[in-house]
Amino acid sequence: MKVLLRNPRREVDLEGASTVDRLLEILQLDREAHLVIRNGTLVPGDARLTPDDVIEVRPVISGGL
Amino acid sequence: MTGVGSKCRACKEPAVIDLPRHNAHFCAEHLQQLCRRQVAKAIDDFEMLGPDDRVLVAVSGGKDSLAVWDLLVEAGYRADGLYVGLGIGDYSSESKGYAQRFAADRDLELITVDLRDEYGYDVPTAASATGRVPCSACGLSKRRLFDRAAVGGGYDVVVTGHNLDDEAAVLFGNTLRWDVEYLARQLPVLPAANGFPKKVKPLVRLTERETAAWCLVRGIDYLVEECPIAAGNKHLGYKAALNSIEAGSPGAKAAFYHGFLDRMSPVLEGRSTSSSGDLSRCSRCGDATTAHVCAFCRLVEKAGAHQPVPVEMVLPKRRRR
Repeated sequence: MKVLLRNPRREVDLEGASTVDRLLEILQLDREAHLVIRNGTLVPGDARLTPDDVIEVRPVISGGL
Repeated sequence: MTGVGSKCRACKEPAVIDLPRHNAHFCAEHLQQLCRRQVAKAIDDFEMLGPDDRVLVAVSGGKDSLAVWDLLVEAGYRADGLYVGLGIGDYSSESKGYAQRFAADRDLELITVDLRDEYGYDVPTAASATGRVPCSACGLSKRRLFDRAAVGGGYDVVVTGHNLDDEAAVLFGNTLRWDVEYLARQLPVLPAANGFPKKVKPLVRLTERETAAWCLVRGIDYLVEECPIAAGNKHLGYKAALNSIEAGSPGAKAAFYHGFLDRMSPVLEGRSTSSSGDLSRCSRCGDATTAHVCAFCRLVEKAGAHQPVPVEMVLPKRRRR
Protein backbone atom coordinates (compact mmCIF):
# COMPACT_ATOMS: atom_id res chain seq x y z
CA MET A 1 0.00 0.00 0.00
CA LYS A 2 1.01 3.60 -0.52
CA VAL A 3 1.75 5.46 2.68
CA LEU A 4 2.23 9.21 2.84
CA LEU A 5 4.53 10.37 5.64
CA ARG A 6 5.09 13.98 6.72
CA ASN A 7 7.89 16.10 8.12
CA PRO A 8 9.39 15.78 5.59
CA ARG A 9 6.63 14.89 3.14
CA ARG A 10 7.38 11.59 1.36
CA GLU A 11 5.62 8.49 0.05
CA VAL A 12 6.63 4.89 0.74
CA ASP A 13 5.31 1.53 -0.48
CA LEU A 14 4.71 -0.82 2.43
CA GLU A 15 3.62 -4.44 2.80
CA GLY A 16 2.47 -6.51 5.75
CA ALA A 17 0.51 -3.89 7.69
CA SER A 18 -2.90 -5.47 8.30
CA THR A 19 -4.09 -2.85 10.80
CA VAL A 20 -3.34 0.77 11.71
CA ASP A 21 -1.64 -0.32 14.94
CA ARG A 22 0.56 -2.76 13.01
CA LEU A 23 1.41 -0.06 10.44
CA LEU A 24 2.63 2.30 13.20
CA GLU A 25 4.56 -0.57 14.77
CA ILE A 26 6.34 -1.32 11.48
CA LEU A 27 7.15 2.35 11.01
CA GLN A 28 8.24 2.56 14.68
CA LEU A 29 5.97 5.53 15.26
CA ASP A 30 4.34 6.52 18.53
CA ARG A 31 0.55 6.07 18.56
CA GLU A 32 0.09 9.12 20.80
CA ALA A 33 1.97 11.30 18.34
CA HIS A 34 0.19 10.33 15.11
CA LEU A 35 -3.17 10.05 13.40
CA VAL A 36 -3.82 7.69 10.50
CA ILE A 37 -6.04 8.61 7.58
CA ARG A 38 -7.27 5.78 5.33
CA ASN A 39 -8.62 6.78 1.91
CA GLY A 40 -9.32 10.27 3.22
CA THR A 41 -10.99 9.24 6.50
CA LEU A 42 -9.58 9.21 10.02
CA VAL A 43 -9.45 5.64 11.40
CA PRO A 44 -8.69 4.08 14.82
CA GLY A 45 -5.84 1.71 15.68
CA ASP A 46 -7.74 -1.53 15.05
CA ALA A 47 -8.98 -0.49 11.57
CA ARG A 48 -7.99 -3.06 8.96
CA LEU A 49 -5.86 -2.05 5.99
CA THR A 50 -5.67 -3.55 2.49
CA PRO A 51 -3.02 -3.22 -0.22
CA ASP A 52 -5.28 -0.91 -2.24
CA ASP A 53 -5.70 1.60 0.57
CA VAL A 54 -4.08 5.01 0.36
CA ILE A 55 -2.80 5.89 3.80
CA GLU A 56 -1.52 9.10 5.36
CA VAL A 57 0.31 8.96 8.67
CA ARG A 58 0.04 12.45 10.11
CA PRO A 59 2.24 13.58 13.00
CA VAL A 60 0.46 15.76 15.54
CA ILE A 61 3.32 17.04 17.66
CA SER A 62 4.24 20.72 17.41
CA GLY A 63 7.49 22.14 18.71
CA GLY A 64 6.69 25.82 18.89
CA LEU A 65 5.35 27.71 21.89
CA MET B 1 -12.28 -5.30 2.47
CA THR B 2 -11.30 -2.63 4.94
CA GLY B 3 -12.99 -3.98 8.06
CA VAL B 4 -15.42 -2.26 10.36
CA GLY B 5 -13.14 -1.83 13.36
CA SER B 6 -14.28 -0.66 16.77
CA LYS B 7 -17.43 1.21 17.69
CA CYS B 8 -18.06 4.62 19.20
CA ARG B 9 -18.61 4.40 22.97
CA ALA B 10 -21.57 6.77 22.77
CA CYS B 11 -23.55 5.65 19.71
CA LYS B 12 -22.01 2.32 18.58
CA GLU B 13 -21.42 3.68 15.06
CA PRO B 14 -17.98 2.97 13.51
CA ALA B 15 -15.25 4.85 15.42
CA VAL B 16 -12.73 7.19 13.81
CA ILE B 17 -10.35 7.41 16.76
CA ASP B 18 -9.22 5.49 19.82
CA LEU B 19 -8.42 7.56 22.90
CA PRO B 20 -6.68 5.32 25.42
CA ARG B 21 -6.75 7.99 28.15
CA HIS B 22 -10.55 7.84 28.03
CA ASN B 23 -10.46 4.06 27.52
CA ALA B 24 -12.82 4.62 24.60
CA HIS B 25 -13.34 4.96 20.86
CA PHE B 26 -15.40 7.75 19.32
CA CYS B 27 -17.12 8.49 16.01
CA ALA B 28 -16.59 11.91 14.40
CA GLU B 29 -19.70 13.41 16.00
CA HIS B 30 -18.94 12.23 19.52
CA LEU B 31 -15.28 13.16 19.22
CA GLN B 32 -16.47 16.71 18.54
CA GLN B 33 -18.81 16.51 21.51
CA LEU B 34 -15.91 15.45 23.72
CA CYS B 35 -13.74 18.34 22.48
CA ARG B 36 -16.53 20.90 23.02
CA ARG B 37 -17.12 19.64 26.56
CA GLN B 38 -13.44 19.70 27.46
CA VAL B 39 -13.05 23.26 26.19
CA ALA B 40 -16.22 24.41 27.95
CA LYS B 41 -14.99 22.84 31.19
CA ALA B 42 -11.60 24.56 30.92
CA ILE B 43 -13.28 27.92 30.24
CA ASP B 44 -15.69 27.47 33.17
CA ASP B 45 -13.21 26.03 35.68
CA PHE B 46 -10.72 28.85 35.20
CA GLU B 47 -13.18 31.65 34.33
CA MET B 48 -11.35 32.19 31.06
CA LEU B 49 -13.98 33.99 29.02
CA GLY B 50 -17.18 35.91 29.54
CA PRO B 51 -20.04 35.78 27.02
CA ASP B 52 -19.55 39.40 25.99
CA ASP B 53 -15.75 39.42 25.86
CA ARG B 54 -14.02 40.58 22.70
CA VAL B 55 -11.54 37.77 22.08
CA LEU B 56 -8.31 37.88 20.08
CA VAL B 57 -7.04 34.44 19.04
CA ALA B 58 -3.32 34.13 18.29
CA VAL B 59 -3.34 32.20 15.00
CA SER B 60 -0.36 30.44 13.44
CA GLY B 61 -2.08 28.43 10.70
CA GLY B 62 -1.38 25.21 12.63
CA LYS B 63 -3.90 22.78 14.08
CA ASP B 64 -4.16 24.13 17.62
CA SER B 65 -4.77 27.79 16.88
CA LEU B 66 -7.28 27.04 14.11
CA ALA B 67 -9.02 24.44 16.30
CA VAL B 68 -9.40 26.82 19.23
CA TRP B 69 -10.63 29.63 16.97
CA ASP B 70 -13.18 27.23 15.42
CA LEU B 71 -14.31 25.94 18.83
CA LEU B 72 -14.78 29.45 20.24
CA VAL B 73 -16.66 30.79 17.22
CA GLU B 74 -18.88 27.70 17.22
CA ALA B 75 -19.57 28.26 20.94
CA GLY B 76 -20.74 31.81 20.17
CA TYR B 77 -17.76 33.88 21.30
CA ARG B 78 -16.84 37.08 19.43
CA ALA B 79 -13.38 35.99 18.35
CA ASP B 80 -11.07 37.64 15.83
CA GLY B 81 -7.71 36.21 14.79
CA LEU B 82 -4.22 37.68 14.90
CA TYR B 83 -1.48 36.32 12.66
CA VAL B 84 2.12 37.39 13.25
CA GLY B 85 4.55 37.11 10.31
CA LEU B 86 7.79 35.85 11.81
CA GLY B 87 9.94 35.78 8.66
CA ILE B 88 10.78 32.08 8.89
CA GLY B 89 11.19 31.60 5.12
CA ASP B 90 8.64 29.52 3.20
CA TYR B 91 7.20 28.22 6.47
CA SER B 92 5.90 31.68 7.36
CA SER B 93 4.39 32.40 3.95
CA GLU B 94 2.65 29.00 3.92
CA SER B 95 1.33 29.35 7.46
CA LYS B 96 -0.10 32.79 6.68
CA GLY B 97 -1.98 31.30 3.71
CA TYR B 98 -3.63 28.67 5.94
CA ALA B 99 -4.70 31.32 8.47
CA GLN B 100 -6.07 33.58 5.75
CA ARG B 101 -8.02 30.80 4.02
CA PHE B 102 -9.54 29.64 7.32
CA ALA B 103 -10.71 33.18 8.09
CA ALA B 104 -11.98 33.91 4.57
CA ASP B 105 -13.92 30.64 4.32
CA ARG B 106 -15.75 31.44 7.58
CA ASP B 107 -16.04 35.19 7.11
CA LEU B 108 -13.94 35.86 10.20
CA GLU B 109 -11.73 38.87 10.91
CA LEU B 110 -8.00 38.15 10.71
CA ILE B 111 -5.53 40.87 11.70
CA THR B 112 -2.05 40.36 10.27
CA VAL B 113 1.12 41.91 11.66
CA ASP B 114 4.62 41.45 10.32
CA LEU B 115 7.59 41.49 12.65
CA ARG B 116 9.95 42.98 10.05
CA ASP B 117 7.49 45.66 8.97
CA GLU B 118 6.74 46.67 12.56
CA TYR B 119 10.11 46.31 14.24
CA GLY B 120 12.68 45.85 11.46
CA TYR B 121 13.71 42.26 12.16
CA ASP B 122 12.57 38.65 11.83
CA VAL B 123 13.07 35.55 13.97
CA PRO B 124 16.19 34.19 12.21
CA THR B 125 17.84 37.62 12.46
CA ALA B 126 16.85 38.02 16.11
CA ALA B 127 18.30 34.63 16.99
CA SER B 128 21.53 35.34 15.16
CA ALA B 129 21.92 38.90 16.47
CA THR B 130 21.25 38.09 20.11
CA GLY B 131 22.57 34.55 20.46
CA ARG B 132 19.18 33.57 21.86
CA VAL B 133 17.71 30.18 21.04
CA PRO B 134 15.45 30.94 18.02
CA CYS B 135 12.32 29.60 19.77
CA SER B 136 13.02 31.95 22.67
CA ALA B 137 13.37 35.00 20.39
CA CYS B 138 10.22 33.90 18.58
CA GLY B 139 8.19 33.48 21.78
CA LEU B 140 9.31 36.83 23.19
CA SER B 141 8.45 38.62 19.93
CA LYS B 142 5.06 36.95 19.53
CA ARG B 143 4.01 37.68 23.12
CA ARG B 144 4.78 41.36 22.71
CA LEU B 145 2.91 41.65 19.40
CA PHE B 146 -0.09 39.80 20.86
CA ASP B 147 -0.11 42.15 23.85
CA ARG B 148 0.14 45.28 21.74
CA ALA B 149 -2.53 44.16 19.26
CA ALA B 150 -4.92 43.20 22.05
CA VAL B 151 -4.53 46.40 24.05
CA GLY B 152 -4.53 48.59 20.91
CA GLY B 153 -7.56 46.84 19.46
CA GLY B 154 -9.64 47.00 22.63
CA TYR B 155 -9.79 43.23 23.11
CA ASP B 156 -10.60 41.83 26.56
CA VAL B 157 -8.56 38.66 26.30
CA VAL B 158 -5.91 36.93 24.19
CA VAL B 159 -6.47 33.22 23.47
CA THR B 160 -3.59 30.93 22.56
CA GLY B 161 -3.78 27.37 21.28
CA HIS B 162 -1.57 25.77 23.93
CA ASN B 163 -2.84 22.25 24.51
CA LEU B 164 -2.37 19.62 27.22
CA ASP B 165 0.82 18.28 25.59
CA ASP B 166 2.32 21.78 25.41
CA GLU B 167 1.54 22.54 29.03
CA ALA B 168 2.66 19.13 30.31
CA ALA B 169 5.96 19.47 28.40
CA VAL B 170 6.60 22.96 29.80
CA LEU B 171 5.74 21.71 33.28
CA PHE B 172 8.11 18.78 32.81
CA GLY B 173 10.94 21.13 31.80
CA ASN B 174 10.26 23.55 34.65
CA THR B 175 10.16 20.65 37.10
CA LEU B 176 13.42 19.15 35.84
CA ARG B 177 15.05 22.51 36.65
CA TRP B 178 12.90 23.15 39.76
CA ASP B 179 12.30 26.59 38.31
CA VAL B 180 10.00 27.96 40.98
CA GLU B 181 9.54 31.32 39.22
CA TYR B 182 8.24 29.66 36.05
CA LEU B 183 6.30 26.98 37.95
CA ALA B 184 4.48 29.67 39.92
CA ARG B 185 3.46 31.38 36.68
CA GLN B 186 2.37 28.27 34.79
CA LEU B 187 -1.38 28.75 34.82
CA PRO B 188 -3.98 28.44 32.06
CA VAL B 189 -5.14 31.98 32.84
CA LEU B 190 -2.96 35.04 33.31
CA PRO B 191 -5.10 37.94 34.49
CA ALA B 192 -4.74 41.39 32.95
CA ALA B 193 -2.07 43.24 34.90
CA ASN B 194 0.53 45.99 34.54
CA GLY B 195 -0.85 47.00 31.14
CA PHE B 196 -0.73 43.44 29.75
CA PRO B 197 -3.98 41.83 28.55
CA LYS B 198 -5.60 38.76 30.07
CA LYS B 199 -4.32 35.55 28.41
CA VAL B 200 -6.06 32.20 28.42
CA LYS B 201 -5.49 28.66 27.10
CA PRO B 202 -8.84 26.93 26.46
CA LEU B 203 -7.23 23.77 24.99
CA VAL B 204 -5.44 22.66 28.17
CA ARG B 205 -7.82 19.71 28.56
CA LEU B 206 -7.20 18.40 25.00
CA THR B 207 -4.13 16.56 23.73
CA GLU B 208 -2.65 17.58 20.42
CA ARG B 209 -3.78 14.28 18.92
CA GLU B 210 -7.32 15.35 19.85
CA THR B 211 -6.97 18.89 18.43
CA ALA B 212 -5.54 17.46 15.20
CA ALA B 213 -8.46 15.01 15.03
CA TRP B 214 -10.88 17.91 15.62
CA CYS B 215 -9.40 19.65 12.57
CA LEU B 216 -9.66 16.52 10.44
CA VAL B 217 -13.29 15.74 11.24
CA ARG B 218 -14.24 19.43 10.87
CA GLY B 219 -12.52 19.71 7.47
CA ILE B 220 -10.05 22.34 8.71
CA ASP B 221 -7.04 22.56 6.42
CA TYR B 222 -4.01 23.40 8.54
CA LEU B 223 -0.25 23.51 8.09
CA VAL B 224 0.97 20.01 8.98
CA GLU B 225 4.65 20.71 8.40
CA GLU B 226 6.59 21.61 11.53
CA CYS B 227 8.47 24.89 11.96
CA PRO B 228 11.93 24.08 10.53
CA ILE B 229 13.67 25.91 13.36
CA ALA B 230 11.80 24.06 16.11
CA ALA B 231 12.90 20.62 14.87
CA GLY B 232 14.80 18.80 17.58
CA ASN B 233 14.26 21.42 20.29
CA LYS B 234 14.07 20.58 24.00
CA HIS B 235 10.33 21.01 24.11
CA LEU B 236 9.89 18.22 21.53
CA GLY B 237 12.20 16.01 23.59
CA TYR B 238 10.02 16.53 26.67
CA LYS B 239 6.92 15.70 24.66
CA ALA B 240 8.48 12.47 23.38
CA ALA B 241 9.44 11.49 26.94
CA LEU B 242 5.92 12.16 28.20
CA ASN B 243 4.36 10.25 25.30
CA SER B 244 6.56 7.31 26.14
CA ILE B 245 5.17 7.36 29.68
CA GLU B 246 1.63 7.87 28.33
CA ALA B 247 1.94 4.74 26.16
CA GLY B 248 2.35 2.61 29.28
CA SER B 249 0.04 4.66 31.52
CA PRO B 250 -2.78 6.25 29.53
CA GLY B 251 -3.88 9.47 31.22
CA ALA B 252 -0.47 10.14 32.78
CA LYS B 253 0.01 13.49 31.00
CA ALA B 254 -3.38 14.77 32.10
CA ALA B 255 -2.81 13.56 35.67
CA PHE B 256 0.63 15.24 35.74
CA TYR B 257 -0.59 18.63 34.50
CA HIS B 258 -4.01 18.81 36.14
CA GLY B 259 -2.62 17.40 39.39
CA PHE B 260 -0.12 20.26 39.32
CA LEU B 261 -2.89 22.81 38.84
CA ASP B 262 -5.05 21.26 41.58
CA ARG B 263 -2.45 20.57 44.23
CA MET B 264 0.85 22.35 43.49
CA SER B 265 -0.18 25.70 42.03
CA PRO B 266 -1.93 26.78 45.25
CA VAL B 267 1.28 26.05 47.18
CA LEU B 268 3.27 28.27 44.78
CA GLU B 269 0.82 31.16 44.78
CA GLY B 270 2.58 34.50 45.24
CA ARG B 271 6.04 33.07 44.49
CA SER B 272 6.54 34.70 41.05
CA THR B 273 8.18 38.11 40.59
CA SER B 274 5.18 39.46 38.68
CA SER B 275 2.86 38.60 41.56
CA SER B 276 5.20 39.99 44.22
CA GLY B 277 5.03 43.49 42.71
CA ASP B 278 8.81 43.77 42.08
CA LEU B 279 8.26 45.30 38.66
CA SER B 280 9.33 48.65 37.27
CA ARG B 281 8.71 50.34 33.90
CA CYS B 282 10.95 49.83 30.87
CA SER B 283 12.80 53.11 30.26
CA ARG B 284 12.13 52.80 26.51
CA CYS B 285 8.65 51.38 25.95
CA GLY B 286 7.14 51.85 29.40
CA ASP B 287 5.98 48.25 29.72
CA ALA B 288 6.30 46.42 33.04
CA THR B 289 9.64 44.69 33.49
CA THR B 290 12.09 43.49 36.12
CA ALA B 291 14.99 45.30 34.36
CA HIS B 292 15.82 48.89 33.40
CA VAL B 293 15.19 48.05 29.73
CA CYS B 294 12.77 45.20 29.00
CA ALA B 295 13.87 42.03 27.19
CA PHE B 296 11.84 42.93 24.11
CA CYS B 297 13.41 46.39 23.72
CA ARG B 298 16.85 44.85 24.11
CA LEU B 299 15.95 42.33 21.40
CA VAL B 300 14.66 45.03 19.04
CA GLU B 301 17.79 47.11 19.55
CA LYS B 302 20.15 44.28 18.62
CA ALA B 303 18.07 42.55 15.94
CA GLY B 304 16.83 45.73 14.25
CA ALA B 305 20.39 46.92 13.67
CA HIS B 306 21.54 43.55 12.31
CA GLN B 307 21.78 42.56 8.65
CA PRO B 308 18.89 40.20 7.75
CA VAL B 309 19.81 36.55 8.27
CA PRO B 310 18.24 33.81 6.09
CA VAL B 311 16.39 31.04 7.91
CA GLU B 312 18.90 28.43 6.68
CA MET B 313 21.54 30.00 8.93
CA VAL B 314 19.65 29.19 12.13
CA LEU B 315 18.27 25.75 11.26
CA PRO B 316 19.30 22.88 13.50
CA LYS B 317 22.46 21.42 11.93
CA ARG B 318 20.85 18.22 10.67
CA ARG B 319 18.19 20.22 8.76
CA ARG B 320 20.62 22.46 6.87
CA ARG B 321 21.17 21.73 3.22
